[in-house]
Amino acid sequence: MNLDGNAAAGALSEVFALDMTDAITTCSTCGDTRALGELPTYMNAPGLVLRCATCNAVQARLVRSGGRVWLDLRGIRVLEVVSA
Amino acid sequence: MRWLLATVAARFPETAAAVTLELEVPTWAGHRAGQHVDVRLTAEDGYSAQRSYSIASPPGARRPELTVVRLDDGEVSPYLTTILGPGDQLELRGPIGGYFVWDVVDRRPTLLVGGGSGVVPLMAMLRHHADVDHDGPMHLVYSARTESDLLYRDELASLVGAHRAVTITLTRQPASGWSGRRGRVDTQLLGDVGWPPAVAPRCYVCGPTPFVETTADALIALGHQATDIKTERFGPTGG
Repeated sequence: MNLDGNAAAGALSEVFALDMTDAITTCSTCGDTRALGELPTYMNAPGLVLRCATCNAVQARLVRSGGRVWLDLRGIRVLEVVSA
Repeated sequence: MRWLLATVAARFPETAAAVTLELEVPTWAGHRAGQHVDVRLTAEDGYSAQRSYSIASPPGARRPELTVVRLDDGEVSPYLTTILGPGDQLELRGPIGGYFVWDVVDRRPTLLVGGGSGVVPLMAMLRHHADVDHDGPMHLVYSARTESDLLYRDELASLVGAHRAVTITLTRQPASGWSGRRGRVDTQLLGDVGWPPAVAPRCYVCGPTPFVETTADALIALGHQATDIKTERFGPTGG
């Protein structure tokens, strides 16, 4: 069963200074635009996986190991945030 | 965001399975209604488990409060609800989240729909609304299994006022002894007690994933815009 991007906010705060759940994502595969907080999110994989709500393509993967974090964002073409 | 060391200041039972933990966090700088925290427990052998819990207290509260419902086969919630007590410490990261939040600047009618412990972040919104005496209407629709599962029951009744309403529906409550609504949140209930789409209320839906999906689908079927519906899902990631 999937959760949503809200559940990924804590892990993403290890990388980003801004809260990312309110960021608007554009899917690289289908162009769907959506708040990151709404993306289907899988926590039980070896890493954390966010998928597109429309086409199911992987949007982002976050893996932690040995005190480091890897973030693969290739599925998100554009990340739009409110400027400070 | 860094992990902080929190100390349990007080512990209040809510139901047979739920407690509210009031936490002392030395560097706590406040939060927004709807935000959550990550809690991390680490065993002596180094094994670590992490869960997210919504903040129940309103912004402005000096100490954040978490309401935790025990899942009997859970890894974290049994410890938080039955063993952890005043003076005990835990690791916490937060406040987290900027999407599923309600701010006082929002003057639109606001519909809150919570299933089970999904009511917790909505309670922070409702308490905040009451604290600032907000005049934008806010309506909480709260679905629980039975009467004895209801969180904040007395306080919910006291929060009802000119600009705040609460509708409770119970899904597994026998008809005897309960005169309120029974059954799941669906198009009929939301059409009955919610605002019509023409009012364009902002909708916040929180609960287990199936509850959130069916509620969001029902709101859209009634004619509400997807862009007016914010959702937060939680699920059995181990409790």
